Amino acid sequence: MNKRIESLRQQSLESSPSLSAERAELLTDFYRNGKIDHFSIPIQRAMAFNYILKHKQICINEGELIVGERGPAPKATPTYPEICIHSDKELDILHSREKIPFQVDFKTRKIYKENIIPFWKGRSIREKIFSEMDEAWKSAYHAGVFTEFQEQRAPGHTVLGKKIYKKGFNDLKEEIGACIENLDFEDDLLAFDKREELRAMGISADALIRFAKRHASELLRLSGMETDRLRKKELEQMSEICNRVPAEAPRSFWEALQYYWFVHVGVITELNPWDSFNPGRLDQHLYPFYLEDTKKGVLTRERARELLQAFWVKFNNHPAPPKVGVTARESNTYTDFCLINLGGLTWDGSDAVNELTYLILDVVQEMRILQPSSMIQVSKKNPDLLIKRALEIIKTGFGQPSIFNTDAIIQELVRQGKSVQDARNGGASGCVESGAFGHEAYILTGYFNLPKVLEITLNNGIDPRSGEKVGIETGNPESFAIFNDLFAAFKRQLSYFIDVKIKGNRIIERLYSKYMPVPFLSLLIDDCIEKGCDYNAGGARYNTLYIQGVGLGSVTDSLASLKYNVFDRKRVTLKEMLKALKKNFEGCKKLRHWLIHETPKYGNDDDYADDIMKSIFEAYYQFVDGRPTTKNGHFRINLLPTTVHVYFGSVINALPDGRKAGEPLSEGISPVQGADLKGPPGVMKSAGKIDHIRTGGTLLNMKFTPQLLSDEKGIGKLIRLIRSYFRMDGHHVQFNVVTAATLKAAQKNPGKYRNLIIRVAGYSDYFVDLSTELQAEIIKRTEHRDF
Amino acid sequence: MKKKNNLPSLIEKKTESEYANVKGIIFDIKRYAIHDGPGIRSTVFFKGCPLRCWWCHNPEGLRPEIEKILIEPGDKSGQQYRIIGEEKTVKSVMDEITGEVLFFDESGGGVTFSGGEPLMQPDFLKALLFFCQKSGIHTAVDTSGYAPYDIIESIIDMVDLFLYDLKFLDPELHAKYTGMDNRLIISNLKKLDGRAKKIIIRFPIIPEITGSKKNVEQISQFIASLHHTRDIDLLPYHQFAQKKYQRLNIINRMKAIPEPLPPQLLEEIKHHFESRGFRVNHGESNE
Repeated sequence: MNKRIESLRQQSLESSPSLSAERAELLTDFYRNGKIDHFSIPIQRAMAFNYILKHKQICINEGELIVGERGPAPKATPTYPEICIHSDKELDILHSREKIPFQVDFKTRKIYKENIIPFWKGRSIREKIFSEMDEAWKSAYHAGVFTEFQEQRAPGHTVLGKKIYKKGFNDLKEEIGACIENLDFEDDLLAFDKREELRAMGISADALIRFAKRHASELLRLSGMETDRLRKKELEQMSEICNRVPAEAPRSFWEALQYYWFVHVGVITELNPWDSFNPGRLDQHLYPFYLEDTKKGVLTRERARELLQAFWVKFNNHPAPPKVGVTARESNTYTDFCLINLGGLTWDGSDAVNELTYLILDVVQEMRILQPSSMIQVSKKNPDLLIKRALEIIKTGFGQPSIFNTDAIIQELVRQGKSVQDARNGGASGCVESGAFGHEAYILTGYFNLPKVLEITLNNGIDPRSGEKVGIETGNPESFAIFNDLFAAFKRQLSYFIDVKIKGNRIIERLYSKYMPVPFLSLLIDDCIEKGCDYNAGGARYNTLYIQGVGLGSVTDSLASLKYNVFDRKRVTLKEMLKALKKNFEGCKKLRHWLIHETPKYGNDDDYADDIMKSIFEAYYQFVDGRPTTKNGHFRINLLPTTVHVYFGSVINALPDGRKAGEPLSEGISPVQGADLKGPPGVMKSAGKIDHIRTGGTLLNMKFTPQLLSDEKGIGKLIRLIRSYFRMDGHHVQFNVVTAATLKAAQKNPGKYRNLIIRVAGYSDYFVDLSTELQAEIIKRTEHRDF
Repeated sequence: MKKKNNLPSLIEKKTESEYANVKGIIFDIKRYAIHDGPGIRSTVFFKGCPLRCWWCHNPEGLRPEIEKILIEPGDKSGQQYRIIGEEKTVKSVMDEITGEVLFFDESGGGVTFSGGEPLMQPDFLKALLFFCQKSGIHTAVDTSGYAPYDIIESIIDMVDLFLYDLKFLDPELHAKYTGMDNRLIISNLKKLDGRAKKIIIRFPIIPEITGSKKNVEQISQFIASLHHTRDIDLLPYHQFAQKKYQRLNIINRMKAIPEPLPPQLLEEIKHHFESRGFRVNHGESNE
């Protein structure tokens, strides 16, 4: 990387995340002082968006090639008080907490205390949500049965498609105009609502165009002052680009990147959607520009690399907005889950890998920064070279890029009812979530704690940690004569909690739909304009709500243990088992030894355990999949944890698989840490028994020692291992290539290992930034070695 | 992969279910073995070996019987122990192997029978090979070659690949470092080569012992005299097994040999064989 990129990268790495009051102040000004009462909510939101972009400070960093910052400086992170107010106490916690802190200076705190908090108190979505939820929801939430993604962050989880590479915002405005023109106030009873929404989209489009032009002026001013001849010319050129995009369609590689970036800043300024925003299939979108520009001789490969690197830095300048409470525990990271997709298939089903795919992989390797995340999509039609190149980067030990099975993703999306073309244009975002890019609102609603449901079942509806009744009475467990009685009780309890969660989701969906439209994001996702309907109200072509199951390994092993030790082998009675769990296995050394070492476990290709896993999967799937949402969409399942397996474990006492109280659960669809004894094929065979095609994504992590990838032969065989897993329809796999010894050393001496990056679950993070529990959990994961 | 069904005598006399119940003693089945032949393999480790090579990486495979070892060497209480070796039926081993077929198919892999010395449990080995052949699973036998030739002859048609260990040409050195004379090994290898079987020679490089210039020269001359065998795996010496020796209470005579192997020695030997037209891989030994 050249000097410029090195210094931009360094600046990004060295800036520490801070909290910026800018957006919250502007928003508060707007709502407090604006004469807006007679405007509809979508128009108000669009005007607020416009107000923020009109008045926010323009930040252009030295040497930048792509411009636009959400805050006044890199990593200066706004808050979104209309969604979630950070109390004075929370600001203090954000500032002083050991992991994932945000600096909050005295002045900022004062602004929040005097201006922002008093105005928004009682108006935020978070408060609305908690006041709307019933007792059943609240007690389940507080017991840790599930989490709720939308209580601090807006619905997001969407990825941009091809739209902006063909159309400028002026084109979109024309479409909006035509749609307004065609509204039929005679027959369409929603025509007025549609017009308001469409007008709001128009206002938002203008807002971003003007925001770009403010950059153009500032760049021109800077070029006037610039003494370096080359930089002067560059600044002039950048000014021209910002005058052009997003108003008009991009004509060059550089314009395309800058256009996307303005759009990205727009989306994450409008609200704080989960998983920020994402260009998705970057190698596909940019390739025509790359070809054209290189043919014309206006772009070299090296310049393309530099522009991409400059683009990469922009993502890293934008940490996830500060999270608190349960949200911080379920997703405790600065990463904002923008996942660049590379490879896969084109819309017509051909191999999509191109020269740019490999160039971007070079960029991933050279930049070695947390954001953006990256992945390769691997279809049976893609060459092994794609996997090989990815493994060469993975083996340097930072958990990127992750590896996805395109053929599985397409089948998943098609099963959900998407057209095959829309499916092929899609991919995975966030951690592992499948989506039809550019056409789908696929919103993750929260994690679901499967082992907790078992614990509550074993206590006949009572949460043993609080002694409170949080579930339904499914029978005194000691009365269960056969395993199937127990399993039936578990299923009833599961069904109950899913109903509670779904009811809550439907209410939350309406709250966002009514009170928190996103006209700017709606501009970008098909078919919001055509339908005259907001993204948060069902405007997207496909609308999906996910509930993410967590702890599949732990709940499987626990149920397998009950079946094996209580009902089949009769080593203990259920009463004795429950007593041992209550005592956290104190004085039950022998029993715990049986449970851990002499009981079938998921992850070993052992049908005894794996059949139970399949039954759990089936129950979870049946209770969730296909149920309607309020936006004419469907509920679906996926299986991923981010960091919630640590939080969910902390709310569960000892489990029948031998796990002690408070310890983390298994993550994703990976086996319980250390339970897999039959090597990578054993893990993959067990994981392959999940019907991935009926999910919207599953997450498998494996830990390999560096020796396994030390030579060509090792890499070659790992390629075959990955292909084997994908033959079983495996959705995703990722590898940590590091030894437990290194991780232990990093725990002891964090200063020396400041740069050690590790795969957590669906994303990478600095090892020293992880909570102590999560560090220990990762060390405990089985290390696959060959000798 | 269809082969002529030329079953050895033992197999022919019994029904399929009878030889599914043949028993043997193994001490491990390792999945994702990537150094024991082509592709992704499962390696079955037979217990018991006629040789006592000083550098043996799998000393737990030496004694033919099931044994109990202390996890912490010298642990007087004897509380923390492990059982090494398990008697298994052919069927139960096959159940584990067939679970991996997808990985074999995808990678061009299969099963490797190693040890210990698989030829020391010939009936068990034959029955396993029979079922592998029936299931279309690629088979490799990793052997010291120290066995009566008729045993080798009886399995030859069911083996796709022999991984044949060769340590010394000099009979005295062989006897000194492995405890046995090498004449049987050499003559078996010649006969096997005469049958045009696919063979990869595995040559462990132990500095100053097998790695001497003279021994390397003799080995390469010998291989050159074979008609069909041109592949050599070089196995660099390492000391991973040190703790196992203590646990097993077996004298480790290799303490004085430093590791890792000097890279230039490996390169020299590799070059030596390559310059004589052999295909050289430097693998890792299967432990």
